Amino acid sequence: MEYEAVIGLEIHSELKTKTKIFCGCKTTFGAPQNTHVCPVCLGLPGVLPVINKKVVEFAIKAGIALNCTINKFSKFDRKNYYYPDLPKNFQTSQFDLPIAEHGYVDIEVDGKPKRIRITRVHMEEDAGKLVHSGNTIKDSSSSNVDYNRTGVPLIEIVSEPDMRTPEEARAYMEKVKAILEYIDVSNCKMEEGNLRADVNVSLRAKGTEKLGTKAEMKNLNSFKMVENALTYEIDRQEEVLEDGGHIVQETRTWDDGKGITISMRTKEQAQDYRYMPEPDLVPIVTTDEQIEAIKKTLPELPDARKNRLIKECGLSSYDAGMITNSRAMAEYFDEVVNKGADPKLAANWIMGDLSKQLNAEDKTIEDSPVAAADLAKMIKLIENGTISSKIAKKVFGEMWKTSTDPEIIVKEKGLVQITDTGAIEKIVNEVISSNPKPVADYKNGNAKSIGFLVGQVMKASKGKANPGMVNKLLKEKLTQ
Amino acid sequence: MKVSKKDVENVAVLSRLKIADDKMDKYLEEFNNFLEYVDVLQKVDTENVKPTAHVLPLQNVFREDVIKPSLDREKALANAPEKENGYFKVPRIIE
Amino acid sequence: MDLHKKSAYELHNMLAKKEVTAVELAEAFLRRIDNLDGKLHAYITKTADLAMAAAKKADAQIAAGEKISFLTGLPGAIKDNICTEGTKTTCASKMLENFVPPYNATVMEKIGKENPVILGKTNMDEFAMGGSTENSAFFPTHNPRNLSCVPGGSSGGSAAAVAGGLAAWALGSDTGGSIRQPASFCGIVGMKPTYGRVSRYGLVAFASSLDQIGPLTRNVTDCANVLNAIAGYDERDSTSIKADVPDYTKSLVEDVKGLKIGLPAEYFVDGMDKEVADSVHKAIADFKAMGAEIVDISLPHTKYAIAAYYLIAPAEATTNLSRYDGVSYGARVDGEDIVEMMTNTRTAKFGNEVKRRIMIGNYALSAGYYDAYYLKALKMRTLVKEDYDKAFQKVDVILTPIAPTTAFKLGSIINDPLQMYLQDACTVPLNLAGLPGISLPCGVSSTGMPIGMQIIGKPLDETGIIKAAYTYEQSKDFHKNIAEVSE
Repeated sequence: MEYEAVIGLEIHSELKTKTKIFCGCKTTFGAPQNTHVCPVCLGLPGVLPVINKKVVEFAIKAGIALNCTINKFSKFDRKNYYYPDLPKNFQTSQFDLPIAEHGYVDIEVDGKPKRIRITRVHMEEDAGKLVHSGNTIKDSSSSNVDYNRTGVPLIEIVSEPDMRTPEEARAYMEKVKAILEYIDVSNCKMEEGNLRADVNVSLRAKGTEKLGTKAEMKNLNSFKMVENALTYEIDRQEEVLEDGGHIVQETRTWDDGKGITISMRTKEQAQDYRYMPEPDLVPIVTTDEQIEAIKKTLPELPDARKNRLIKECGLSSYDAGMITNSRAMAEYFDEVVNKGADPKLAANWIMGDLSKQLNAEDKTIEDSPVAAADLAKMIKLIENGTISSKIAKKVFGEMWKTSTDPEIIVKEKGLVQITDTGAIEKIVNEVISSNPKPVADYKNGNAKSIGFLVGQVMKASKGKANPGMVNKLLKEKLTQ
Repeated sequence: MKVSKKDVENVAVLSRLKIADDKMDKYLEEFNNFLEYVDVLQKVDTENVKPTAHVLPLQNVFREDVIKPSLDREKALANAPEKENGYFKVPRIIE
Repeated sequence: MDLHKKSAYELHNMLAKKEVTAVELAEAFLRRIDNLDGKLHAYITKTADLAMAAAKKADAQIAAGEKISFLTGLPGAIKDNICTEGTKTTCASKMLENFVPPYNATVMEKIGKENPVILGKTNMDEFAMGGSTENSAFFPTHNPRNLSCVPGGSSGGSAAAVAGGLAAWALGSDTGGSIRQPASFCGIVGMKPTYGRVSRYGLVAFASSLDQIGPLTRNVTDCANVLNAIAGYDERDSTSIKADVPDYTKSLVEDVKGLKIGLPAEYFVDGMDKEVADSVHKAIADFKAMGAEIVDISLPHTKYAIAAYYLIAPAEATTNLSRYDGVSYGARVDGEDIVEMMTNTRTAKFGNEVKRRIMIGNYALSAGYYDAYYLKALKMRTLVKEDYDKAFQKVDVILTPIAPTTAFKLGSIINDPLQMYLQDACTVPLNLAGLPGISLPCGVSSTGMPIGMQIIGKPLDETGIIKAAYTYEQSKDFHKNIAEVSE
């Protein structure tokens, strides 16, 4: 039977506020254990939460950017479950009246556009960190708790089960990340857990409507993990179903090292969160005016930027999509173009050599040793004929290694293209006289042999002769 | 009987409490007496009544995003039943 | 000089006039605690050293000619569910037997500015759940009017301390009557302010939407003065009201002429002692004689208030008390794994009544029962509140009994939880509606036990009920009727 996967994502994103959601403790990452804690986030007897205004502002911003409706009346609730990283044994979250609902983002996979609906965006507090004495939680005889992350503000973005492939899931998460980066509400540092996804997936016979039983994988904090875990899980479920088995509704752990998902102990009792309105907090009421005011502060979002690059810069949809998927990359691109470089060349270089190098050295564009201004300069050197595209690759290599101004590299290494007609003519004459056979071939009508002669001229000039001029001069001489 | 022994056991799990076997009968009786009593509420039609979770007409109470001092770690850990290297220590976690 | 028989106001004036020193006062009260607390068990933790240090500081302030505040040098007691930095705050629970808060409740900071002499932390029903102080995990408190009777609860330790002359004033907390009922049982004055009037920050939560801190004092004058010290907006409590705090002592005037007092028939519940009902009716007649207008009103949903309260309060309590799990503070009983450790800890360290309410709360919130119980109770809360809203369109204050009986014997109903809950019929409706209420003596039973009445006000109208209570008090001698506990 042919199956179809049905995938939904819950993306948790830490917001980049200075302080926690309900107290004045710092949110900075990497502090020594249990030093960013106070009676409130430790959940001591008698403490009360007070909402950080910035959290609400950021959540509304995210809601708008994700095309949601902002709920004019929103409130917090207590989600009750016991876990040692949760000091109160309830998470202050939102249940029936989240800050935003009914949104969507548009993604594109293999050139095919698709709209993924967003069910809701709600605010909540993050939990603490558990450090285990053994290799995994299960083989540890004890665990240690650090509450520094407890109370760091989160938004949870819940999608509808609209994705059908791991690639779509990845594209969706990339798009959400891009949007959160653009509106500057989250650092989105996935390695620090700023952005992570709970992924659920079920299979059904292709062409049918009824949803199958789903499995959930929690806390996946890279795009690759999301894609790999889903690929594995879809295969696993398909095998189970093909063998006539049933899928058990459960949470599974993705073991990134082994590349497999593992069943966690299924709970005898279905989780009952016993939500109740948070009596220590009062409702959040938002007016149209406030929403409009926040809307005005939003920057150009990825989709708009992509369309602008297609329209104004003549980029292909694919190139424009790739560049705008990261705010930093889009800004880099804009800077290169603003400094006078041809947009198409800029896109080619950014997505070509630059991206290749970044990936190879696991760097982000923010850490690129090649500054946007320098790349623009280099592209202009190509455009004005100072260097050839081929030479440019050498120049770029130098720029990457030494972060040097390309003009200096070209000058110091003597890479300036030879555009002096006299100098080129001299080499052309030498090549013609030392290659009588190809010259005769050309004259006898074999147009192809000019390619060989051009190559010889380039070789003799050490690649510096302007290829256009070489071509032109050769043709002139041979037809004389 | 509105609730069974099984119901009480389920609620006990949700409460992280254990009810001793020899106390179960009394527990059940009390629980059911209580539920019978609160059934008076069912006599009142509340179809069109809005629930009141807060008596105060307060809304939008916020604090500014301003850093306040945290506790010294010593103080934060002072009441811990068990600690280790600046952490709170807990027994084995089985998910 | 029987210093312990004097009101806080009298003692304050003596301090100000240098007729007594704060150290003398502190010593007198500490001596009384030493001699009598073995009989009353009003205190869980005594803080003699801190008290003496504060007293010396107060004397220095007075000697330096500083203008002193009402509470300066005045010996008082704090219910043991109000967090005191550096001093154990146990909530009368084995769970927090050794818990020392690293922070002060807002009320402690507020009164701290006046430099009072804190004698200790008082006994209570565990986590404030109960109406007799018999649910303390440590020992029951005895009523200073009759040692075989309960002092009421849950603020029974605070009430007994004030009534027995073991403190000049005290703070308590009131979730369903926990200040007003023990005040009534011990023959003193107790007030539950409007929800949001006094910060709850640092009050160990029982039921967050109902809890409120308030004073227990010898008389209405003391009540107004202590309320002055604790009332006001607090940015750390999101449910705190941002409204100016009047000087409550300005309401200490004798004037009820034209005051419209509502009398709800529903509060004279089945099973109410005739003596209690008679005393309240007598008080109503007295008010009328003083020029007040008595208006019969109806609060028809009163009879559902207990059921609503005993679903809402446990539901909130169950989540508030989830944090006591043996992980980062409080008691721990070991177990094989985390779940077992948490379960063992909670099973061993919570008392029966607390466990009962946690169970009820979780049942009411659990899947499938939420609408029938919790949501239904929240809707009933709306109806109870609307009853008051309607009544207050016609009247200025409402006068009712406090409890169906006077203080009952220790051990008499502790094993019948439902019977115990029914004692709260007159007090819980105010908490559901968030209204202020004052409890003050209005009679003495044939067995010599105090009888109290309750005056209920509109939101933030503490001034109105203080005025009515003061007028009545001044026309009688009940506040001069001091409990005699012999040393």
